[in-house]
Amino acid sequence: MPSKEEVFEKVKEALVDALGVDDDEVTPTATMVGDLGAESIDFLDIVFRLEKAFEIEIPRAELFPDDVLTSEEYVQDGKVTAAGLEQLKARMPFADLSKFEENPVVQEFGNMLTVDDLCRYIQGKLA
Amino acid sequence: MRWFWIDRFLEFESGRRAVAIKNVSLSEEYHSEWLLAMPLMPGSLILEGLAQTGGLLVGETSGFRDRVILAKFGRVVFHDYARPGDQLVYEAEVQDIKPTGSIVFSTARLEQRLLAEVEIVFAHLDDRFAGVELFDPAMFLGNLRSYGLFDVGKNADGSPLQVPSYMLAAENRLAAADPRACEELGYAVS
Repeated sequence: MPSKEEVFEKVKEALVDALGVDDDEVTPTATMVGDLGAESIDFLDIVFRLEKAFEIEIPRAELFPDDVLTSEEYVQDGKVTAAGLEQLKARMPFADLSKFEENPVVQEFGNMLTVDDLCRYIQGKLA
Repeated sequence: MRWFWIDRFLEFESGRRAVAIKNVSLSEEYHSEWLLAMPLMPGSLILEGLAQTGGLLVGETSGFRDRVILAKFGRVVFHDYARPGDQLVYEAEVQDIKPTGSIVFSTARLEQRLLAEVEIVFAHLDDRFAGVELFDPAMFLGNLRSYGLFDVGKNADGSPLQVPSYMLAAENRLAAADPRACEELGYAVS
């Protein structure tokens, strides 16, 4: 199994290729959308590259739980409910949701994922 | 306006690679509005031709049922310009095809010289768009015939590529409804 550093290097390479960002912009704490400028279509590209680099399958719902974020049960007035947050935590153990929890506006969700979250997700898949 | 940015397929191997040609002509409309004294084909239209080559290559793997749309160009490199009189050769090679999307690597060459290279990402619209047809099947088949796709197309096992039956049926329905119009359009209706 590759080390944490090896995973980071491969993730960095995928992000540099897919997003056209510089090496030094890809830091563990950088957010995919806010800092690296990823748009929704880029995630398709990123997933392709990660699947190839690590020889894994990445079902979309694992990285982007759209079903929770569009559910009437878990979203009220544009915000994820307490039950919805529990769902997200269970589904995305690799992601640090603490900041999102402070103001769980659905629209902000996409901006929460960091490079570190992505690396943790990959490590979880490889474990 | 017709939006054909390839002229003809030379080779087409299902799910693997396709080669198409594009003849650059001074009569093309863009020359009248851009760089009048130095007619060059805009790079964006070379990319469009490469995307049409690659998009049809990907779309064929589902019998043109999947709704394949251009998502993004990655790592575009232009090495030279294309001028009127040039015959460009576009080659598309499938890197990966999945239910959600595909990646194709494409090049444009002029007499073996590399003109442009690009990685193209296509998205395949999911079930939320079920029932939405991007193109009328009969008209689309007419386009594919124009490109000579079925003249050169081969399946993975080397056998000739067949026209998908639902497209033929749509073409026959069109012919039955308006035979004269069909004849004028030049459809080869059986």
